[in-house]
Amino acid sequence: MVFWRKKKNEDRIEEELRDDKLLHPDGEPELEPSIDQDNACISEDLKENELEESESDIIDELDIMPVPSHTSLDDVQEREELSDDSEEGGWLSRLTKGLSKSTNKITKGIGDALTKSKLDQETLDGLEEVLVSADLGPKTASRIIEEFAKDRFGKEISEEEIREALAGNIESVLSPVANFLTIEKPEKGPFVILFCGVNGTGKTTTIGKYAHYLKTSQHLKVMIAAGDTFRAAAVEQLAEWAKRGGAELYQKDLGADSASVAFEAYEKAENEGYDVLMIDTAGRLQNKANLMEELTKIIRVLKKKDESLPHATLLVLDATTGQNAFSQLDTFKEAVNVSGLIVTKLDGSAKGGVLVGLADQYGIDVHAIGVGEQIEDLQPFSAKDYARSLMGLE
Amino acid sequence: MFDSLSEKLGGVFSRLRGKASLSENDVMAVAREIRIALLEADVALPVVKDFVAGIKDKAVGQEVIKGVNPGQQIIKIVHDALVEMLGSESSDLQFGPSPCAYLMAGLQGSGKTTSTAKIAKILTEKQNKKVLMASLDVYRPAAQEQLKILGEQTGIATLPIVAGEKPLAIAKRAMDVGKKEGYDVVMLDTAGRLSIDEELMKELEDIKNFAKPVETLLIADAMTGQDAVNTAEIFNNRIDITGIMLTRVDGDARGGAAMSMKAVTGKPVKLIGIGEKWSEIETFHPERIAGRILGMGDVVSLVEKAVETVDQQEALDMARKMKKGQFDFNDLLAQIRQMKKMGGMGSLLKLMPGLGGMSGKLEEMGMNDGLIKRQEAIILSMTAKERAKPELLNGSRKRRIAAGSGTSVQDINMLVKQQKQMQVMMKKMRKMGKGQMMGMMKNMMGGKADELELMAQSMDPDGMGADMDQSALGPNPFAGGGNPLAGLGGLGSGLPGLGGPAGGMPAMRGGTKKNRKKKRK
Repeated sequence: MVFWRKKKNEDRIEEELRDDKLLHPDGEPELEPSIDQDNACISEDLKENELEESESDIIDELDIMPVPSHTSLDDVQEREELSDDSEEGGWLSRLTKGLSKSTNKITKGIGDALTKSKLDQETLDGLEEVLVSADLGPKTASRIIEEFAKDRFGKEISEEEIREALAGNIESVLSPVANFLTIEKPEKGPFVILFCGVNGTGKTTTIGKYAHYLKTSQHLKVMIAAGDTFRAAAVEQLAEWAKRGGAELYQKDLGADSASVAFEAYEKAENEGYDVLMIDTAGRLQNKANLMEELTKIIRVLKKKDESLPHATLLVLDATTGQNAFSQLDTFKEAVNVSGLIVTKLDGSAKGGVLVGLADQYGIDVHAIGVGEQIEDLQPFSAKDYARSLMGLE
Repeated sequence: MFDSLSEKLGGVFSRLRGKASLSENDVMAVAREIRIALLEADVALPVVKDFVAGIKDKAVGQEVIKGVNPGQQIIKIVHDALVEMLGSESSDLQFGPSPCAYLMAGLQGSGKTTSTAKIAKILTEKQNKKVLMASLDVYRPAAQEQLKILGEQTGIATLPIVAGEKPLAIAKRAMDVGKKEGYDVVMLDTAGRLSIDEELMKELEDIKNFAKPVETLLIADAMTGQDAVNTAEIFNNRIDITGIMLTRVDGDARGGAAMSMKAVTGKPVKLIGIGEKWSEIETFHPERIAGRILGMGDVVSLVEKAVETVDQQEALDMARKMKKGQFDFNDLLAQIRQMKKMGGMGSLLKLMPGLGGMSGKLEEMGMNDGLIKRQEAIILSMTAKERAKPELLNGSRKRRIAAGSGTSVQDINMLVKQQKQMQVMMKKMRKMGKGQMMGMMKNMMGGKADELELMAQSMDPDGMGADMDQSALGPNPFAGGGNPLAGLGGLGSGLPGLGGPAGGMPAMRGGTKKNRKKKRK
């Protein structure tokens, strides 16, 4: 009896050893299984990433139908408006107007930093702080200051010279990336631009402005796909912008698959001979894996039509964003291969200095900037003007 | 993206070991690192300067605690100072005689409309208030429709839209309706505006003077950079805000804006928005944002995330299975899906103290969410019988599954091994005795709040960061003595139903082995 029990114990020990071995194969780092662990339990309804239920009924009730009401008379009027603006560096005055409000501080900062006539460490620290305050970030700021100080340290320098020199340095970082998006209609189908970005950066507004620009200055036939099928009233907002910008809108119900919106819009644009198709997408935070996956799906589906689609993928970046812009560009670039940036809200008190770091690190094109809420407030990005405005020159 | 402060300080302090107290020079050496860390977290420069000066005063002369790395000690000092600075006495929402107004203001795109609906919903559900929402945004196309739709989705009343009405007139009508129809709270959702837009700021002042709101909330994006101070200062000067709501805290921004705005206005951060669903709004916890600013992870959020996604009934079902010592592919699938639901492996790691930096390394080893997806595909390619009886899998079945899921037989073997390991763990757990386990389960599901508090305390972020730092810095975080994942096990044990990360662990080990094999060659 005793023997039997002993044997049973041995068996159990052996079994445990076997189990142990399976659990910890040789050479495996020591890792205690958590023995008092509770377990995963998932309710049925969590198993799918469900979308909000379709609100098509609500939209029907709202009775908002996008009707492109663009007459030749409008065309003439728009061209007049635009010519008003494009003369005499219209966009520059707008940018400087916006930035000047914000550069007052920076300029004052430089004045404060320059306490002595010779360039010393204290002054350099002050200058670095000026750049940091413009959202350039500590690393980029210190790099620019280092470069600036290289052959000026200990020498006499005026405030004006400092501004000119710093503007020059910043311009040299930005000028390689200041390229306006050139639209070349492919032989088959429209030129496709996908817009993406985090929530609230101004994607929809930017698309409206861009459509207006393409129509009035390049006389292109533009279609917009309402790919933001998530946010309430996003389609209505886009419909209004499409109307203002004189573009055709392709839309489906709230909750529809945005990839299918993009796909069908492309087919329609192709069949009806549109020059450009702009695809709006819902705002998404870059760390939401499932939402980013949704975005890559749009691209995957488009590529079924043509491997070269989309021809441009633009990340819309809010100028008030701080250093998180790095994470945004990094993740969006990886997910959908962002080809260029549009920086919005540069007419506010934020300076969007993170742009300098992005240009430096990623060399990514900055196509255009948003400088107001009017339809013509989207302008090509000029490195020189931006750098000089940032430094309070002109 | 950025190295956490603890990683940076690790290097600076290695030469300080064995010192008895922190000298001024020691502190000066790290002041720069602290400054950079805060700036990278988007804390505004003037605030950073004041803060670092304060830290210097506090840290100089402090005795080095035995057994603690001086870097960790400094981080503790910084962390505590941050909490103190961010913390606030009165962050509860206030109410006045009905109808009282809530004014929502902020820059464009900061999330005012969504936040309005979220606040209205918690006021209705948790405080039993009758709430009316009114959109005063006559500038952005379809902004009023947006609030109307949100009202329909959440079941909160909205003021009927009258086309062409001016914002102030809408506010007046809203307050009238609020009075007549007996609403407790009237929420005024204003248009987004730039702080330097004189005309619109004047309009906001007029609305404020008329409505005399009990709460004037500045809605700000957690991703805001240095401009946060300007915006907060101007809005506060013009409309005397009563508090701040920080949105998109579920993003990966460090959220330094919270600190900047608190510092320049002296007004508390009352609420944070943490997702796109209605329920995803929370009261503000200074210690969490402090941890994020320093890149220390956010254990409490992780625990809460786990609690949120776990269903009580399912937990009991699982416990029953565990009692039998079962763990088949159906269970593994459930875990994989749970993990996906919680945002994938990378996002979980980011929440864990000291492990944030590792998510990148996992990626390099091919341990990304793609792997989880492949594993899900494999299980989905199995028949119901195979899922319930893993031992059925033979060579030809495996080949079929591999073809069906677009993977290889090796992938399937790896998954089978993972399932076996879990099965063994289950058996061990059964031996532990059901009494102990069920007691724990009851604890978890019962006094949730107390338990969470306790867990958060027992998982002191500083301590954990200290354990993990060194290994996280090494070229291969998994090889060598200190196993950073040991902390994971501990975490798993404390969390109710946190099967996600635990389920992922064996997979990580698989990856480790592969990695080491490569090295040997």
